[in-house]
Amino acid sequence: MSARMVGDPVRRKEDLRFLTGKGHYTDDINRPGQVYAVFVRSPHAHAEIKSIDTKRAAGAPGIVAIYTGADLIKAGLGTLPCGWGVKNKDGSPMAEPPHPVLASGKVRYVGEAVAVIIADSKAAAEEAAELVEVTYNELPAVPAVDAAVKSGAPQLFAEAKNNICYDWHIGDAAAVAAAFEKAPHVTKLDVVNNRLVPNAMEPRAYIGDYDRATGEHTLFTTSQNPHAIRLLMGAFVLHVPEHKLRVVAPDVGGGFGSKIFHYAEEAAVTWAATQLCRPVKWTAERSESFMSDAHGRDHVTHAELALDKDGKFLGLRVATLANLGAYLSTFAPAVPTYLYATLLAGTYTTPAIYAEVKGVFTNTVPVDAYRGAGRPEASYLVERLVDKAASELKIDPAALRRKNFIPTDAYPYQTPVALAYDSGDYFSTLDLALQAADYAGFSKRRDDAKKRGKLRGIGLATYIEACGVAPSAVAGALGARAGLYEVAEVRVNPTGSITVFTGTHSHGQGHETTFAQVVAERLGIPVDQVQVAHGDTAQTPFGMGTYGSRSLPVGGSALVKALDKIEAKGKKIAAHLLEAAEADIEFKDGKFTVAGTDKSKSFGEIALAAYIPHNYPLETLEPGLDETAYYDPKNFTFPSGAHIAEVEIDPDTGTVELINMTAADDFGRIVNPLIVEGQVHGGLAQGIGQALFEECRYDPKSGQLVTGSFMDYRMPRAGDLPSFAVATHATLCTHNPLGAKGCGEAGAIGAPGAVMNAVLNALSTIGVSELQMPASPERVWRAINDRKAAA
Amino acid sequence: MYNFEFHKAKSVADASAQITQKSEAKLVAGGMTLIPTLKQRLAKPSDLVDLNGIAELKGIKRDGNAVVIGAMTRHVEVVESAEVQKAIPALAHLASHIGDPAVRNRGTLGGSISNNDPAADYPAAVVALNATVITNKRKIAADEFFKGMFETALDAGEIVTAVSFPIPEKAAYMKFPNPASRYAIVGVFVTKHKDGVRVAVTGAGPCVFRQKDMEAALAKNFSADAIKAIVQKQDGLNGDIHASPEYRAHLVGVMARRAVAAAG
Repeated sequence: MSARMVGDPVRRKEDLRFLTGKGHYTDDINRPGQVYAVFVRSPHAHAEIKSIDTKRAAGAPGIVAIYTGADLIKAGLGTLPCGWGVKNKDGSPMAEPPHPVLASGKVRYVGEAVAVIIADSKAAAEEAAELVEVTYNELPAVPAVDAAVKSGAPQLFAEAKNNICYDWHIGDAAAVAAAFEKAPHVTKLDVVNNRLVPNAMEPRAYIGDYDRATGEHTLFTTSQNPHAIRLLMGAFVLHVPEHKLRVVAPDVGGGFGSKIFHYAEEAAVTWAATQLCRPVKWTAERSESFMSDAHGRDHVTHAELALDKDGKFLGLRVATLANLGAYLSTFAPAVPTYLYATLLAGTYTTPAIYAEVKGVFTNTVPVDAYRGAGRPEASYLVERLVDKAASELKIDPAALRRKNFIPTDAYPYQTPVALAYDSGDYFSTLDLALQAADYAGFSKRRDDAKKRGKLRGIGLATYIEACGVAPSAVAGALGARAGLYEVAEVRVNPTGSITVFTGTHSHGQGHETTFAQVVAERLGIPVDQVQVAHGDTAQTPFGMGTYGSRSLPVGGSALVKALDKIEAKGKKIAAHLLEAAEADIEFKDGKFTVAGTDKSKSFGEIALAAYIPHNYPLETLEPGLDETAYYDPKNFTFPSGAHIAEVEIDPDTGTVELINMTAADDFGRIVNPLIVEGQVHGGLAQGIGQALFEECRYDPKSGQLVTGSFMDYRMPRAGDLPSFAVATHATLCTHNPLGAKGCGEAGAIGAPGAVMNAVLNALSTIGVSELQMPASPERVWRAINDRKAAA
Repeated sequence: MYNFEFHKAKSVADASAQITQKSEAKLVAGGMTLIPTLKQRLAKPSDLVDLNGIAELKGIKRDGNAVVIGAMTRHVEVVESAEVQKAIPALAHLASHIGDPAVRNRGTLGGSISNNDPAADYPAAVVALNATVITNKRKIAADEFFKGMFETALDAGEIVTAVSFPIPEKAAYMKFPNPASRYAIVGVFVTKHKDGVRVAVTGAGPCVFRQKDMEAALAKNFSADAIKAIVQKQDGLNGDIHASPEYRAHLVGVMARRAVAAAG
């Protein structure tokens, strides 16, 4: 029997309910007696709250309750905790101003929640929200990160001088200085990594409930990590003990990082439910999501790369201003530091690296992890620099990269920025990509395009990333306030089917299928005999959820360890039933066999025996077949690859058309190639979106969110994207039992560099050498036009 | 949305009476502008008067040397109409680039021109084709109909019932869409009739306008070269994060030349 399951293109079990409209999302849930919450949000980017008058609103029809920041303080609620502490260069801790659930005294960004209206219908709550009279004393606002650090800029917090949360560094400044001193060539670059709005298809939604009879609180939440929310909200905000708080993340329509964090609205509805003893439901409007979901990226960077005369990298120095937004979101400090600067070696042997990062508060929505979280920023910077150096030194971009790649026999490879890569082969993925993209045939395509009046360009990015987060001790040493292990419970039912309880959470990743494949292959049972349960803290053991491409490397490894325990116990049971020594029992293809004989028992027979232990070694073995394993990873994992984009630019309008996109990636062991391909496609779409289309814009003076809806925020659409050419080449992860590296974020990490390098390659033919993301039509046209005028 | 009373009008006269009597009432055609406006609570009409059940407002027919399109004709119907494709294919092409498929299935010609969004596509066609707007009260020439941003010549209670488009000798429409909304940043409709040339520009300014310099040059020589040197001034043009006035002025020239080339 037993087709091998791991590596098979098994169609997703989840898809039946998702594609037929039978998913069970938070907004689909309706509890008896429920009431509806609407948040009153600040229309100003920066203002003192002089007064909040809720009298008229409270008198409106259907209003059950209205709460403001003052009510929450009076009730003794805590503020939203930050889950990662970053130190300054001098070792002192970062500024950590409080992040209130509802604004207290001041508002610091357009969209900050000021009050919550609770009514017996959403319409009644919306009507009453307009009757709340908030008197603001407007203050000057500063939304841009480079303006915020200048002396004289409006200050958001007394404890953060010049709006600086932390001034952090990593690497060896002296080694870098020495390298630059002698370097025959230095390439300099100023880059902006544009702010993005995550826009998961499902907006955030929460239902808080409280049962007065049992004292139990429940929160239904669109979260990527329900246990983390239970801990953060219970311990730090509501002061509710975990055994009385159940958090359920049902079907969730995409997160991309934006649903990791503990948000004000979660705490507000859970607390309100305890006051009213009724379920309190909130679902975000899309325009509300634009101004309340954590945003991504938003760096301004100056970088310099020192090279010798043959193009070998000697040193890299980087100075980044990272926008944290108006308050610290749950993981915000780590994203532009430990998830960013530690990747600045990229795929190269650069021996000396020094990076300084200032985390800066501004009057904008809080910024935190978004697909790639720090690694897209690092990869974009490095790959733009490398291409610029290639152009300046007149070396082919692929050749320059190969010259500096870490050799395949150099692993484990210790980078100058803390991370040690376990395995990799950037040569093979680059060759795969160059082949698939027909890099060699490009110049003819460029010439043909020229005849049609178009500028054609091709661009590379060879990326690496650190994911499979994370080894707890390492993370803790770097300031993480949580461990990052994962857990799996494998519960064998008496009749031989399996339920897996995982601490990861599937919100598009397909764990219900991939985890089932791992179990099916190991235990030799059909994949439809395996159920994967996740998302309910009452059901699953304490896990850290899904982000940072961790579910398979970390969660899958926990699953393998639990399966090891199942197999070990199964062998003991089989030995007893088969009257053989345990050491003589082999387990293969779902059968326990006495070595060298045809005496065997099926997995199903063993399962039944465990739960009906009539013929069973009860003196030495407990009945049952239900094992849990926790797995703390020994290191991050390091997927890598090469992305190649080919574009055509219409010089009359500046429009960039993406003609081809090629991705050759190393994800280690692949459990389900269909799912991996889907992940790559999604990541590429988001990376292309960042490079060509998406940009969250604030008015520089007023701090108003200008791109507040899809009418102005330019999402990538299917029609914008060519068919992707994707391929994989595996070097196994050396330190987890699956050999898996994870694949969820790679597309978003490599694509921006590839696309922008292609755009600049096209524009180089007419002398344009600088351009920032997104390469929107007017931006490209101006670059072309300015060049023409200068010529 | 704020609460409103909903009425399905039985006839044009019925609809007209309703909106005349109730000063805060609004007509609903396709709803593609109105409904998002209501959902964002940017408008608070007391009543909505729905035109979707009125048969006399539908239909596309050939009438001598013109194509007459009912006000409640959906964009997709214009795209798919054999009459339009035969007589004025540029009009079908314009309709095929309005919004997206969902918008084209619901949005209407009458609704579009009555609203007169500066970035709508149809106003350029109506002006360039020198169409006549037919209402329940009178006939209005294209050059008289569009007055200013979101402003038309329609009186209170006056409802567009159809638009009559004379069939041109040559015509084409070229649009540079807003990358996010797909409204026109610049849309240029060029026509050649036996008695002249018309160049109508939408999206670039607060209201559709005719580019008279280009019309004069093309009347002498209908070719893209003839207008190569004509520079659209940027004063008074719209500017936003997607396109500055300077960029729009440049695009007017580019789209006009492409439209002339496509017109044949």
